[in-house]
Amino acid sequence: MQNKTAHELHSLLTAKKISSVELTEKVFEQIEKVENRVRAYVTLTKEKALKAARAADERIKNGQDLTPLTGIPIAIKDNMCTRETLTTCSSKILANYLPPYDATIIEKLQAAGAVMLGKTNLDEFAMGSSTENSGFHTTHNPWNLETVPGGSSGGSAAAVASGECILALGSDTGGSIRQPASFCGVVGLKPTYGRVSRYGLVAFASSLDQIGPLTKDVTDTAILMNIISGRDPLDSTSVEKAVPDYRKSLVNDVKKFRIGLISDLMGKGIDEEIKKAIKAAARQLESLGAIVEEVSLPTFEYAVPTYYLIAPAEASSNLARYDGVKYGHRSKEFTDLLSMYYHTRQEGFGPEVKRRIMLGTYALSAGYYDAYYLKALKVRALIKEDFDKAFKRFDVLISPTAPSVAFKIGEKTADPLSMYLSDIATIPVNLAGLPAISLPCGFSNGLPIGLQIIGEAFAEEKLLQVAYTYEQNTEWHKRKPSFAKATEGKPTL
Amino acid sequence: MNYETIIGLEIHAQLLTESKMFCSCSTKFGARPNTNICPICTGQPGVLPVINKKAVELAIKSALALNCRIEKSSVFARKHYFYPDLPKNLQISQYELPLATKGYLDIVVDGQKKRIGITRVHLEEDAGKLVHKGAARIMGAGESLVDYNRTGIPLMEIVSEPDLRSPAEAKVFMEALQHLLQFIGVCDAKMEEGSLRCDANISIRPEGAQKFGVKTEIKNMNSFRAVLRALEAEEKRHNEAKKSGEEIIQETRFFDDTTDTTIGMRSKEFAHDYRYFPEPDLPPVEPDNRWIEEIRNTIGELPEKKQERFKADYQLNPADAEFLTSSPALAVFFESCVKLYAQPKIVANWIMGDLTAYLNANNLSLEKIDLTPAGLIDLFKEIDKGTISGKIAKTILMEMLKSGKTVHDIIKEQGLTQISDEGELVKIVEDVIQNNPKQVAEFRAGKDSVIMFLVGQVMKASKGRAKPDAVQKLLRSRLQ
Repeated sequence: MQNKTAHELHSLLTAKKISSVELTEKVFEQIEKVENRVRAYVTLTKEKALKAARAADERIKNGQDLTPLTGIPIAIKDNMCTRETLTTCSSKILANYLPPYDATIIEKLQAAGAVMLGKTNLDEFAMGSSTENSGFHTTHNPWNLETVPGGSSGGSAAAVASGECILALGSDTGGSIRQPASFCGVVGLKPTYGRVSRYGLVAFASSLDQIGPLTKDVTDTAILMNIISGRDPLDSTSVEKAVPDYRKSLVNDVKKFRIGLISDLMGKGIDEEIKKAIKAAARQLESLGAIVEEVSLPTFEYAVPTYYLIAPAEASSNLARYDGVKYGHRSKEFTDLLSMYYHTRQEGFGPEVKRRIMLGTYALSAGYYDAYYLKALKVRALIKEDFDKAFKRFDVLISPTAPSVAFKIGEKTADPLSMYLSDIATIPVNLAGLPAISLPCGFSNGLPIGLQIIGEAFAEEKLLQVAYTYEQNTEWHKRKPSFAKATEGKPTL
Repeated sequence: MNYETIIGLEIHAQLLTESKMFCSCSTKFGARPNTNICPICTGQPGVLPVINKKAVELAIKSALALNCRIEKSSVFARKHYFYPDLPKNLQISQYELPLATKGYLDIVVDGQKKRIGITRVHLEEDAGKLVHKGAARIMGAGESLVDYNRTGIPLMEIVSEPDLRSPAEAKVFMEALQHLLQFIGVCDAKMEEGSLRCDANISIRPEGAQKFGVKTEIKNMNSFRAVLRALEAEEKRHNEAKKSGEEIIQETRFFDDTTDTTIGMRSKEFAHDYRYFPEPDLPPVEPDNRWIEEIRNTIGELPEKKQERFKADYQLNPADAEFLTSSPALAVFFESCVKLYAQPKIVANWIMGDLTAYLNANNLSLEKIDLTPAGLIDLFKEIDKGTISGKIAKTILMEMLKSGKTVHDIIKEQGLTQISDEGELVKIVEDVIQNNPKQVAEFRAGKDSVIMFLVGQVMKASKGRAKPDAVQKLLRSRLQ
């Protein structure tokens, strides 16, 4: 049952074939079975979940206020604030942090009657591509427990893939929804910047962060987008634009769709197996009536360095508040204010977070601002222009989501640059503020491959239509990791 | 060689909004510590700021009153420094693109009008308040407590050009600015309470030189007097250093008002690289012309213009005109009175005299009393009719202010009508002559000034209801 989608379970719930309490208990059974091997969660909130499930069952019984998510168990990345429930960002500095408020998307999910299971693991403050930067533990990829689930939303992606939730929310600053979706063989959508409220999402890089769904199929992504999208008066960067019913985009038809295959992401640095799978996907879309052509976006090669100036600059600013004064960790080792700051931050932040704070502080320093930060903003504008040009010719663009399938745990931790390059295909999309989806399009050595589809700002409907059509004509999304059965009862790692 | 002093000011004014700059918390002063706070102004993880439109409106209003150009697009920026009164360890301010630029304020120095340039006006958020235990500052304190009630209160920063040439000019400028901000109703502007604050940059240079000397920045001036004393002390320090060949270094100095001296702060403590960058959570401020004009229409006539008009229209002397335009309420009250009673000088004297004395003595403002212009004019009319004397009128006014009763009611109740019955007055005069034989004799012997004593006695006996000139006339005729 835990491997079913939200829309399948919705039918069962409303037909009263199962109750939300039964479903929630079933998912917790699965969590008990596999969590010690997957380690997708930081915090589980079983009691609160069952309470929410009972309330959902009441709604279903009365047939009132039903939404497609009423009674559906969902996992939340642990960088979204949940009132009186630990919100740690997988950082020691927030290990004990109980927010006094709910993020806007949490309020929306509660209003919809969704059942929150717990908070999922991530790279500390969403900085990383493997969850290995978590201050607590690394999450394992359900398809191969020796590999990473991707990151930073690795906990959410792994939870969806392993049946430890029905669907999940992640956040994406440079690929943190799409790359783990790709590694874990699930669907992940990064919405247009401004489509979903960021109020209550603990900021990493404010001009790039966006919350989005991780689900088992495209339909569930559309359903979750319907719930979480929309202007929020508490987020001045959220956009006043009507939210369409995204389920109306679930149309099995790509005839006459003009699709651009990004040639810059089909060359050096991309695994052969990946390229093969993407080419095959392109051919398949063509066979379904789409017009596929290659397109080059020459500024792409500057995207990663641009990102690693802008994102750390904003992060160095956003993370200044963790100082031991108001909440979170405060070092016991101090003699005065300054030493309290030093020790608190030294003990509280992990190495990758410190690296980015230093990078960002440097990029914003007097004398370097123009050469680094300002220059990066200019390149960012050029990358946007490249996309604008491409979208004059194409409805959507496609590429691999990641240059490889899931890599081995520990393989890249010693080499931050090679880790950074695993986001080469996803980063340009954040810099331009565009929507993009990743969905399964093949396997290599038993590990999933992700197809990325990129659209113009607020063209989520087109993405969903192309993704849905591809999904309806392929079987990749129906494969489940065998580990859940094969490893049942076996010793833990 | 003679040196001239160059001063520029950086003023912070708390804006009179109901809620804070970036959240909906109350700005009310004097609440219990940490009660006017929320996740946003305490910098919880995940919160976002939202611009307070009223704060933008009040800042634009101020900028227009300061003759500034309102920028088509201004941008909030983050200013970084670590301090426990700053929950995010960054202050949302404006940097490269402020709200308004290139204005001026005219001040009067030694009777001469002088134009002081305004470089810029921008918006930012205030910090919290720290209380230290065991030391005056956080370094060395055994314990420090922070109150975030003030955190996020809208602040307007006004930066002047280095156009001021003496500490006295700086003080006059601050007073004029205070008056303006209070007049247009954007700020309480009380330096002692911290709703108006000021830092100063000061340097000296040889007279006629173009190049500026090394400047120092003076902080902690919490009154107009402090502005004057601090800058005088610092001006003196600069000049003495010049004489002795000592070097002035560019630094921030703290004014100690117990010794009237400035003290250098360890430069390390203040050597900041603020790492400004545009606030990614906020859109630019782009006020359209219609809104700007709407705001302009709320300003009305500014004090300086009003003063000129009062002098011309009502033939008031400069001091009276200045006084009567010192607040919008006062000016309106005066003009309403004059409309009903076309004797501006008389109206002015009463308002500036008895009425103001009463307000000051009871710590009241015009808005808080029941007296209307029509009520005051009724009093004047009774004097003109001869019903009451000027002296009685003063007593009646006090009674009107205290009780809120009309002049007619008070006259009726207390029988204060002037004596118009000749017989009654003659009787009192005769009694006084009879009871004061010594003074009567002196008068008859040629000491004319004694008449005033006798008039006084009659006034006393009549409880002030007699007309003094009539009394004197009657006395003289009886004593001849």
